[in-house]
Amino acid sequence: MISKGRVWKFGHDVDTDVMAPWSSLTEPWEERRKVILHIRPEFAEQARPGDIIVAGRNWGCGSSREQAPENLKNLGIGAVVAESFGRIYFRNSVAIAFPNIVCLGVHDVFEEGDEMELDLSTARVRNLTCSTELQGQSYTAEMLNILEKGGLLNVLKERLLNKAGG
Amino acid sequence: MGMTMAEKALARASGQGRVEAGQYITAIVDRMMAHEAFAPCAITLKRLGVKELYDPDRVIVILDHYFPAPTVRMAEGHKLIRQAVEEYGIKHFLGHAGICHQVMCEEGYVLPGHLILGTDSHTTTYGAFGAASAGIGVTEMSYVLATGELWMRAPPTIRFDLKGGPSPGIMSKDIILYIAGVFTTEVAQYRAIEFAGEVAARMSLASRMTLSNMGVELGAKFAFFEADEKTTEYLKGRTSEEARTFGPDPDAEYEAIHTVDITGLEPQVALPDNPGNVEPISELVDQPVDQAFLGSCTNGRLEDLAVAAQILKGRQVNPRTRLLVTPASQEVLLQATRAGYTETFLQAGAHITPAGCGPCPGGHMGLLASNEVCVSSTNRNFRGRMGSPESQVFLASPATVAASAITGRITDPRRFWSETTLS
Repeated sequence: MISKGRVWKFGHDVDTDVMAPWSSLTEPWEERRKVILHIRPEFAEQARPGDIIVAGRNWGCGSSREQAPENLKNLGIGAVVAESFGRIYFRNSVAIAFPNIVCLGVHDVFEEGDEMELDLSTARVRNLTCSTELQGQSYTAEMLNILEKGGLLNVLKERLLNKAGG
Repeated sequence: MGMTMAEKALARASGQGRVEAGQYITAIVDRMMAHEAFAPCAITLKRLGVKELYDPDRVIVILDHYFPAPTVRMAEGHKLIRQAVEEYGIKHFLGHAGICHQVMCEEGYVLPGHLILGTDSHTTTYGAFGAASAGIGVTEMSYVLATGELWMRAPPTIRFDLKGGPSPGIMSKDIILYIAGVFTTEVAQYRAIEFAGEVAARMSLASRMTLSNMGVELGAKFAFFEADEKTTEYLKGRTSEEARTFGPDPDAEYEAIHTVDITGLEPQVALPDNPGNVEPISELVDQPVDQAFLGSCTNGRLEDLAVAAQILKGRQVNPRTRLLVTPASQEVLLQATRAGYTETFLQAGAHITPAGCGPCPGGHMGLLASNEVCVSSTNRNFRGRMGSPESQVFLASPATVAASAITGRITDPRRFWSETTLS
């Protein structure tokens, strides 16, 4: 599971409300996408599929709204690599199979526009622009399983099928 | 070695004698609470062909974020929820009782030592009753509703020993804002909190709920108080189940123990855009406000309304400022009415809204226009939280909100009121 992409850089304490403002939650996607991470108004328009977000501490602090990671996933963002994450956001990301990796030092090692190569199964983070490598925190086997199956609902589906079959 | 409250609760929930911090477990959930997020859960479960929930009696559905429905779309959402509640045989449906966290506690659904998951990040509130309670998203809730269980990592615990005081004019909100300011909004990330010490012991359950509620603002998964006699006394008559006292083992292991001395503490204010961006009120430079909001799952309880009414009695809301008062539940509104507080608010020129989440997440009523400023008794001041991305929210205690409504600028409540409310 290797992904490669161009880096967008954000700071600390970027919260779920700016990833998915409440007033946008019930809007259709075309409206909703315009305000994703509105603290950088150009982001939603210019982000390309495969781009990777590098952030500081506490990325995704705040609400349980799943639209926060879902918006980024729908926008085509390949992964978020941050110094640390808000825990509900992190769990939600696993549940919807959107890769998020904890990696100490990542905020110092990447500049906006650098190229990153990320191995999700080992949590190796490489800056291809300046040839630096960092070791992030690997997912547990259970989390990797959920990610590889494409999310917790697929795990549930499988479980229901087994139950029905057994 | 003994266990913390988190370890004990998760050992029970996973059917093991012992659980240690860092351990991954599969836990059976005692109660599953969903607000309007029950709609996407129900749609998902039906799509997957789930005909029966794991145990409908463990499920509580409450409408609060959009009640009464502000749009036809929301009304359709509520209708869908009512139908699904019927189809899945959910008896604990409280469609119009108030904010989920307040109602969960009032109805006796929160028991010490239980594991409770909810579709709202402020589910940590139930830690005030000694419950291990946390917020999850709709995908995980769908999974829990169908299977009754979820993977979890037992968190390490940090303890805040609260001592000192009493400090006149200080509310529990000032204490949690002070902690967020000093220790940052990450101090409890991936961890559980235990609030302890003499101040915790003498706090009312309502005051404890304020701290547990904002535990998630410190990053916490659970935010406990020990369930003592005050807790079991509150639950008497509210539940048919046995409510026992619940606390950590005396030799439990903590990752850190912080002592917080509240002696001489001033009222605290969190400046935009982070709940940890806190200053004592005397440091705050003259700050006009367009709106003052008293309500939410943090501070919309009877004791909050009582303090605000005491300050507002015989005074007027500043004509440049609008004061919104939202009781946390119908029960709170009824009690506030009996106590004469609603009349005090109306005479002062405040607007009373139905019980619910209202302006707090910027969802329903009282939204802010660009460049407007709100002083609010809520839990979050993220950018654009209560409306326009160009608006600003300052967090403060109900006393500070009431005092600010009178002057039209953020004001030290001790100017109007000097009695101690920490009980």
